[in-house]
Amino acid sequence: MLVVLTVIAIIAAGVLASVNAVTAPQIEKINAENLAAGIKAVMGSDEIQVSDPWEKDAFVVYDINDKAGAKLGKAVVTSENGFSGAIKVLVGFNTEGDILGYTVLEHAETPGLGAKANEWFQDKIVGMNPGKSNFTVSKDGGDVDAITASTITSRAFLKAIQNAYNQIMAETDATSGATQQTTASDIETPEVIE
Amino acid sequence: MNNFKVLVNGIIKENPTFVLLLGMCPTLGTTSSALNGMSMGLATMCVLIVSNFLIALIKKLIPDAVRIPAYIVVIASLVTVLQMLIKAYAPEIDKSLGLFIPLIVVNCIILGRAESFAAKNGPIASIFDGIGIGLGFTLGLTALGAVRELLGTGAIFGVNLWGEEYGMLMFVLAPGAFLALGYLIVLFNKYVKKA
Repeated sequence: MLVVLTVIAIIAAGVLASVNAVTAPQIEKINAENLAAGIKAVMGSDEIQVSDPWEKDAFVVYDINDKAGAKLGKAVVTSENGFSGAIKVLVGFNTEGDILGYTVLEHAETPGLGAKANEWFQDKIVGMNPGKSNFTVSKDGGDVDAITASTITSRAFLKAIQNAYNQIMAETDATSGATQQTTASDIETPEVIE
Repeated sequence: MNNFKVLVNGIIKENPTFVLLLGMCPTLGTTSSALNGMSMGLATMCVLIVSNFLIALIKKLIPDAVRIPAYIVVIASLVTVLQMLIKAYAPEIDKSLGLFIPLIVVNCIILGRAESFAAKNGPIASIFDGIGIGLGFTLGLTALGAVRELLGTGAIFGVNLWGEEYGMLMFVLAPGAFLALGYLIVLFNKYVKKA
């Protein structure tokens, strides 16, 4: 009976390996396409060039230039623990750190409550600058209306974006001497709101 | 039992949600909306049909003492293959179902039907049992999801009927799941199963 179980396990492993070999490139391609579409959506423009990403801690950052090569800003994948599990957000910033757009990539929030984050904040935070405004929910004295009855989700969502903003601004300050970044002095150091 | 009877048996007499009370974890966990419930049901049905068929085919080769581990290896591999195929060739389905597919491995309906039906019947009858039980599970989860979504948010399948502000949020959350399931089990056993 040991033989039978071993044979079954070996056959199963073989099937899994071969299916994986066939599907992995295809899955990668689809993920890349989805990401590219997402970046276009959050940057609000089709005419963009996307750099290879760099990763720092939990963030994945894409530098975005227009077709002529001028800097448009950055798209950042960021996440924070919400009410149930991580909320993963792709958010686009222009060079000033103003939010151009966002899309929720993954979440497991309660339907009818926290799950509304993808729509709820669209007309509330797009155009805001987390460094220049009070980027927390109004219950905590901030400028953003939380989703009704979903304060925890709202806090986590805003924190994810705030963290992404802090990350790219810190990075811009640190590397501005090394790149052709000429406007380093214009960029404000974000005030950290915790 | 002919194949048609096997099929109906799974939907009514041995409905996994309302009569067998199998797979309660995904039942309670994923039915916060009608669409989620239906998605989980359909994904489970796909796996159930294929796993029932495969196990009915290979049951004679497997010694009794190792049948459970052997079934689990078959089922888990099957779910993983299905997940990879859906991700690669049907990304739209993956968006709505992707979350639920890994959960199917631990759904005791699959192992339960392998043990109690596929191990004792032929491959064709086992396919019909998979369809029947799968449909029963899908209907059960869709009904539960619809009730919870309607009472909780005033919508069914995302279509708003009387406005979200009249929803009772409790029904979208865990306590509402138990309440709604309890009442649906009562109604099902009183009216549908008796008939």
